[in-house]
Amino acid sequence: MKKSDTLKGWALASPLLLVLLAFLLLPIAMIVVVSFWQATEFAIVPAFSFENYQFLFSSPVTYKVFWATLRYALITWALTLLIGFTVAYYLAFHIRSNAAQTALFLVCTIPFLTSNIIRMISWIPFLGRNGIANQTLIGMGVIEQPLEWLLYSDFSVILAFVHLYTLFMIVPIFNTMMRIDRALIEAARDNGASGWQILTNVIIPLSKPGIMIGTIFVLTLVMGDFITVRFMSGSQSANVGRLISNDIALLQYPSASATSVVLLVTVLLIIGALMRFVNIRKEL
Amino acid sequence: MSRMRFSRRSLLKTGGAALAASALPAPMIWAQEIKDVTLRQFGTGVSNLNEVAQKVKEDLGFTLEMTALDSDSVTQRAATQPDSFDIADIEYWICKKVWPTGNLQAMDTSKIKNYDKIVGIFKDGKLTPESVIAQGTAPHSVGFVEGPDSKTFAKEQTQWMTLIPTIYNADTLGIRPDLIGRPISTWAELLNPEFKGKASLLDISSIGIMDMAMVCESMGEIKYGDKGNMTKEEIDKTIAIFTEAKKNGQFRAFWKSFDESVNLMASGEVVIQSMWSPAITAVKTRGIPCVYQPLKEGYRSWGGGIGLSKSLNGIALDAAYEYINWYLSGWVGGFLMRQGYYSAVPETSKEFMTPNEWGYWFEGKPAAEDIANPFGDLLAKAGESRDGGSFYDRMGAVACWNSVMDENQYMVRKWNEFIAA
Repeated sequence: MKKSDTLKGWALASPLLLVLLAFLLLPIAMIVVVSFWQATEFAIVPAFSFENYQFLFSSPVTYKVFWATLRYALITWALTLLIGFTVAYYLAFHIRSNAAQTALFLVCTIPFLTSNIIRMISWIPFLGRNGIANQTLIGMGVIEQPLEWLLYSDFSVILAFVHLYTLFMIVPIFNTMMRIDRALIEAARDNGASGWQILTNVIIPLSKPGIMIGTIFVLTLVMGDFITVRFMSGSQSANVGRLISNDIALLQYPSASATSVVLLVTVLLIIGALMRFVNIRKEL
Repeated sequence: MSRMRFSRRSLLKTGGAALAASALPAPMIWAQEIKDVTLRQFGTGVSNLNEVAQKVKEDLGFTLEMTALDSDSVTQRAATQPDSFDIADIEYWICKKVWPTGNLQAMDTSKIKNYDKIVGIFKDGKLTPESVIAQGTAPHSVGFVEGPDSKTFAKEQTQWMTLIPTIYNADTLGIRPDLIGRPISTWAELLNPEFKGKASLLDISSIGIMDMAMVCESMGEIKYGDKGNMTKEEIDKTIAIFTEAKKNGQFRAFWKSFDESVNLMASGEVVIQSMWSPAITAVKTRGIPCVYQPLKEGYRSWGGGIGLSKSLNGIALDAAYEYINWYLSGWVGGFLMRQGYYSAVPETSKEFMTPNEWGYWFEGKPAAEDIANPFGDLLAKAGESRDGGSFYDRMGAVACWNSVMDENQYMVRKWNEFIAA
């Protein structure tokens, strides 16, 4: 009886296991293997060489680009957290009726009915030198010369990131906030806590799992991106994703793999560190 | 039927070019067999046009399957997957990389009907007898091999051609004359502080580095031995000059795809940048003034051609030769020339163009009436003439051919540094 239960458990888990094995673990293993290979201009040669890593770690470009990537991720994370938390808080605690909550939540997702790329590219005519933003500001007399830094700058890159990824923060935070027992807030109020104290002592600690999940989403999405940085910076800034895509375009698969492995390890380390702060599984 | 075919082929071998010329266009006895042939062609988007495949079906009866890829993928495929294609439509500098792999077979020029009429650039490298051969990977230098199985390039014309030239053009800077308001005559203007924040460069290392070199040489900063094959030191200096300009905010953006370059120019974000000729056309069709500015240092030029896969044989090989002869017989040439490119055999294309079109595109004369491309878009109004003038003015002023350098890998790394700077 017991034995057949274990067997049943394995049988039930096996489809997922096989899918993960075939489509997640195997490709990653392949990338790790290829990262030790060597490449000529139009062929990759199986080998076991540390050359790719050696070049990667000895080049100042690598550090610069990893730092730039991390910086984009941190700034985007801070902004999406601020906006996401505020929106989720408003939805969860200020909107009383369930119907209105659902309706407003759906409103948040409306921009996501179009594709990522279209949402991003539509910023370009808006922010351009002769774009709507500049024309409006000039028309209002706020500025005399068009603002050059609106487009093809770090500003536009981060703007696009925030626009693209805030929802990934809103959803998990809203979700955990809805699970907070309202009696706790009432109890805090009865004990004389101010609104601010309730926020910092009750709501934020209880929303941590949501914040953490949102953080993981945003960090991994930003760290792995290459197209947003390319379009919004006008190819003038680099991040790790662009480094990898350049290598792929030049058929340097081993070098691209090595960079990917380093990126993967970096992201896993960051997430590992975050997990130490919050035990998501326990608190979900 | 098959026997007939073989007897004809042996006839061809003995009969030579003259006989081939008269025999090829005639209705073929094995016409039924050839209809079953499917040739798989792949190449860059420029000349991989569906119109060509349709016309092949109409005129020759067999099927041509086209796949358009970017030049990096084209190189990779030609080098690594010889059985995945029959015909490779590649650029000459790609040929330099791919030929040594042995995946392509040399073509017998005696079977090429219009061989004698092919422009000199692709044969001895000289457009006219007085021409000086430009730097870079000049097409003729990788256009011939010693024998059908040879893997090294021949120094002069032989009977064995690597690529049959199909399409080529001369590239320069594109400008917005309305926003600049003064004449531009040299490559150095790209880094002129006057255009701070309004210049752009293409972010494709192999071509971008050449545009950079044209600029640095024109500024008098660097004297190159060969812009198409720089030394490490030359690469360092070139990239250093542009990195400084980038840090000073000279560039608004870099572009990688054709439509990005069009949008940068049309929106006025950029007033001077490296550009390709159809992109100029695309800006103009929106009613925005844009000039493909001829510059005194000359053009950066590129050329493409058709190569045959090593594994092509029998009737499919015959079909491929027919396709090549058809390609050079004028219809495709006219089709491409009416978009602003040049054909390898201009005189056959002439029959497929109106005298007005021929005058505008080839002779550089003012248009007698409006000029439209094959898709019906208006490109020039009556009275306008082509930027840069006639074929001989433009192709005669080539300073450098697109190329692949010996220090390619080093250059690419420096290029990445430049983008990250």
